[in-house]
Amino acid sequence: MDAQVIARWQFGITTVYHFFFVPITIALSMLVAVLQTIWYRTGNDRYLRLTKFYGKLFLINFAIGVVTGIVQEFQFGMNWSEYSRFVGDVFGAPLALEALLAFFLESTFLGLWIFGWDRLPKKLHLMTIYAAAIGTVLSAVFILAANSWMQNPVGATFRNGRAELTDFGAVLGNPVFLATFPHQISASYMVAGGLVAAIAGWHLARLNGHDETDTSGKGDAATWRWAARFGAWVLLVASVVVIISGDFQSKIMTEVQPMKMAAAEAHYNTSDGSDFSVLTIGNMEGTEATHIITVPGLLGFLATGEWGGEVQGINDLKEQYDQQGFLRNDGSQTDLQKTFAQELKQLPTNVVPNVPVAYWTFRIMMGLGFVGMAIGAWILWATRKGRTPGPSRLWMMAMGALPFLPLLANSFGWIFAEMGRQPWIVAGVMPTWTAASPSVSAGEVWFSMILYTVVYGALAVVEVGLFMKYLKMGLPDVAPVEVIEDEDAPLSFAY
Amino acid sequence: MFPLTTVLLEAGHATLTPVWFLLIAVLWVGFFFLEGFDFGVAMLLPILGKDDRKRRVMINTIGPVWDGNEVWLLTAGGAMFAAFPGWYATLFSGLYLPLLLVLLGLILRGVSFEYRSKRKAPQWRNAHDWMAIIGSFLPSLVLGVGFANFVKGLTVAGDPPLVTTGFWSLFSPFALLGGVLFVVLFAAHGAIFIALKTKGDVHEEAKNLGTKLAYASAALLAVWAIWLNLAYAPDNPAAKVVTWITALLAAAAVAGAGFFSSKDSEGKAFILTGIGIVAMVSTMFVKMYGNLGFISADAPGLDMWSASSSPYTLKIMTIAAAVFVPIVLAYQAWSYWVFRKRLSTDNLPVEKDEAIPVGS
Repeated sequence: MDAQVIARWQFGITTVYHFFFVPITIALSMLVAVLQTIWYRTGNDRYLRLTKFYGKLFLINFAIGVVTGIVQEFQFGMNWSEYSRFVGDVFGAPLALEALLAFFLESTFLGLWIFGWDRLPKKLHLMTIYAAAIGTVLSAVFILAANSWMQNPVGATFRNGRAELTDFGAVLGNPVFLATFPHQISASYMVAGGLVAAIAGWHLARLNGHDETDTSGKGDAATWRWAARFGAWVLLVASVVVIISGDFQSKIMTEVQPMKMAAAEAHYNTSDGSDFSVLTIGNMEGTEATHIITVPGLLGFLATGEWGGEVQGINDLKEQYDQQGFLRNDGSQTDLQKTFAQELKQLPTNVVPNVPVAYWTFRIMMGLGFVGMAIGAWILWATRKGRTPGPSRLWMMAMGALPFLPLLANSFGWIFAEMGRQPWIVAGVMPTWTAASPSVSAGEVWFSMILYTVVYGALAVVEVGLFMKYLKMGLPDVAPVEVIEDEDAPLSFAY
Repeated sequence: MFPLTTVLLEAGHATLTPVWFLLIAVLWVGFFFLEGFDFGVAMLLPILGKDDRKRRVMINTIGPVWDGNEVWLLTAGGAMFAAFPGWYATLFSGLYLPLLLVLLGLILRGVSFEYRSKRKAPQWRNAHDWMAIIGSFLPSLVLGVGFANFVKGLTVAGDPPLVTTGFWSLFSPFALLGGVLFVVLFAAHGAIFIALKTKGDVHEEAKNLGTKLAYASAALLAVWAIWLNLAYAPDNPAAKVVTWITALLAAAAVAGAGFFSSKDSEGKAFILTGIGIVAMVSTMFVKMYGNLGFISADAPGLDMWSASSSPYTLKIMTIAAAVFVPIVLAYQAWSYWVFRKRLSTDNLPVEKDEAIPVGS
């Protein structure tokens, strides 16, 4: 196999894996901060126990997120040297800024939070988890700005044989970024809210009313009920933001990457109309499709905001590319797309992404999100007015599935975003196959891929094992929190 | 402040490129200074950590700070990408396998610190200790070999310029000395750091070992200093003088660290191993100034001028660095201050259903 094909698989595998940990890090850090704030304000130990319980799970998750993130930072240079050389002037800056503004903040303040319980006054200690949580969001800002630039390369021009930044404000004001940021942040809250609710719902049902500690309404069951409802509300509110921002995002996608929208819908001919297909079979040559179930006019609405609005089809866009090069929906191009077009014409490029992948990942993303939402609503219903759900098989299964539904929706959303961008690594500017490292052999990429897979696989086993151990242990007992001055006293926490 | 701003706004490629070379050198220096002792602490686990409680004391000296220290490497990598895309692209793809070893080491290491204490089974803890040991030894060794090769110069050819030095050619005698030097020097830096941050048995043993390791690294540094300056001196006459001074300073400082360690002044000793690392890494970057550690076999070649980003990008990055580097330094320094107390086995919280050791 070609080195660049394996490099693409490697990027896909390592990035999807890394991204299992990212949404949890982004949103759970903030939810833990909120729990600790409630404890700080009320002094009620219930919230301290929740802080410590979910904080521990957050840290187990965070460790793998950190170490797999290192690979991401270096992978561009290792496997994609010509991409790095070509876009470094634009794309490198957000990565460097991410390290400088976000990684330092996250790592330093998490260190302070983990070890600082008995070293820092309560209020200052509370600030450290907020600083770390803000760091995770800043990280998302820079990475999403960088990725959005690959989808819609604004604020840059073709100069000195490479892409050069001309307007950093335009990179940060990229409409793709402005839509993707709220979509990703809210999608992260769906994951963390779902995780908090599912674990609490599972413990709550398992206690099933047999809670000896629960004499004053402050015991484990009451705490779990509170946490389940808290998580479910986070999940539901986040879902609404995901839907609104996703709708906004699909309209921008139609504008700047019409081919991606067409592929997401397996919409081959403009003349086919603008019905949204729910189920489709197509021929694998990718020239036409048979829509089995459709919603009339909905696609036009999703793509353009007008019921039955015209949506360009794959075949028409392909013809347009052959004649005029890469165009956005309104026929415009970014500066970089325009000036690089001449050079691009000499490269053989099949401009249609993998349609079945784009079509199905788009639907799986939405489907998983909706099921997650439904379970969130069920949790609120089942715990209404002090009710306690029993450990029925269906309930336990739903609790087991809930954390994975929004998490996998995140993965499928990104697989769609990146596969739908193909054949481009930078939309309309640089074909992916020209971006790989010429000095790296297929054997070397295979070797690294096998090593990563083995190590990542082992880490997954260890991670899940630890996660389940601490999950099952339930709410920890807590000692009074105070600053310890005695030099010889045991620390409240140590590795 | 205003004159500085004006200078920056009017600065062109000719000013910004050397400024960014300097900043990247600073990031690498900072990384080796800080992560140097983290690597050392973990590499010494089998030697100084004779039982689990001693090992825990050692790990807890770096527990709150190791991750922040490692970010210096990520920032150095990100800054190379942003400021010198040509450098980042050619170097990272050209040294594919060595870099892979560094990354794997860092993965194993990072996980080991966080997960070690999460189970009590001796097999679990042992496995995590070995992940930390290998994950610290491997990056130290590979980076030492790598930087020695930058001093010698990696050959590049073609357009785009790609590394033509083969994998096995990386292991020249000078490069192997570089690898051993990094390992021993970081171990010395780590031992003295442990001595500085602990009390009791761990403190005594770390101090004695730190003294020996510091003398050993000083000897290695002396050989390295002479070899580098005789065989791989920079072309520029002023730079030749500078590398003699900084390289010998590194050796002298680390010898001084051994002396102060033996006199129970581990604070001074730590500052001196630190100065030794700073001087050693600076020597290498002085040699790499301009050519970035590459020898171009043909046109267009690769140097810091051809590898660097546009003045516009460099300006934005300079502003960000000017604002945020001092802030980062301030809060990292604060975190060291928060965790300034020395640790001993007495400070370890008793683990649930663990027998309380006799005598405590």
